[in-house]
Amino acid sequence: MGEEFNPSKPIYLQLVDRISWEIIKGERKTGEKLPSVREMAIQSGVNPNTVSRTYNELERMEIVETKRGQGTFVTEQKEKLVELREQLKINHIQNFIEEMKQMGFSSEDMIEGIRTYVTNEKENQS
Amino acid sequence: MITFENVSKRYLTKHALSDVNVTIPEGKIIGLVGSNGSGKSTFMKMIAGLVGPSEGKVMIDQEPVSRRTANKVAYLSELDAYYSFFSVKETIDFFASQFQDFDVEKANDIVDFMEVDSSQKVKHLSKGNRGRLKIALTLAREVPVILMDEPLSGLDPMVRDSIVKGLLSFIDLEKQTVIITTHEVTEIEPLLETVIAIRNGKVLALEDVETIRERDRMRIVDWLKKMYQEEA
Repeated sequence: MGEEFNPSKPIYLQLVDRISWEIIKGERKTGEKLPSVREMAIQSGVNPNTVSRTYNELERMEIVETKRGQGTFVTEQKEKLVELREQLKINHIQNFIEEMKQMGFSSEDMIEGIRTYVTNEKENQS
Repeated sequence: MITFENVSKRYLTKHALSDVNVTIPEGKIIGLVGSNGSGKSTFMKMIAGLVGPSEGKVMIDQEPVSRRTANKVAYLSELDAYYSFFSVKETIDFFASQFQDFDVEKANDIVDFMEVDSSQKVKHLSKGNRGRLKIALTLAREVPVILMDEPLSGLDPMVRDSIVKGLLSFIDLEKQTVIITTHEVTEIEPLLETVIAIRNGKVLALEDVETIRERDRMRIVDWLKKMYQEEA
């Protein structure tokens, strides 16, 4: 059955996140056509009206464009995708910092922690 | 649009529905949820015109439910009610002869989509395939209201999955409204846009499912439990 969704967040927003993520990772390319609302509904086991709402939201964010009678496409405006990527970065950092704070770590602890982690990872690779 | 105005239904001394007032929005997939004996099936049968209210009115497009509104409603019953000696194809043809709005081509498409062999006799179908056939017969009617009473009950996950996919593939929410009762709410939760909670014959709430997620941060099942507790 479809995919798993978090019960405490609207599904249309979860689909927005998922599709944004796929675009940033390059799984959906610039200018590529997204599945039709119905196809997407069937693939993800979600109400078609929810998918429409997702597409509207992506369009509002200017990540996709709807061409009349042709469907919905990932935008060809590269700067919009750069913006999206930056936005996702900030969101991830925010979540990370929020959780670290809850565990009682200071900003210095976090920066130091990241530095050590990255250095170790580099050494392990070489 | 379907409206219940002060609708009550008594079976002898038992109240199946009491003073229900609700307007059901169009173009959505709606879940009717509640415990056993809460009145879900009576609610559905009233829309289908199979049960009349003891008091009040049930209306479809401002017209009281009657034999004339029956051509606006496709009703999938909890029970199997087909001629077991018919083949799948004969059953489809039989339905086509009974309902003017029945689209034979669509029925065949759905049966193919669900990979049911149409030359098989109904009595030789597995339980899962009988479930699939019922869905095909219901969705093949070109009607604005589709009622499904426990379409997934007793079926294995593969069959449930193909029924959900079939539903998504063949309904048209620009023209149709679907009302589903099910005990497998969590499983079809992403499918539902609106839920109606019903308890002891009373409608407790009609709510947008995305709103429940956003505001209450809950699954429908937990929301229903909360509604039941608040009412108790």
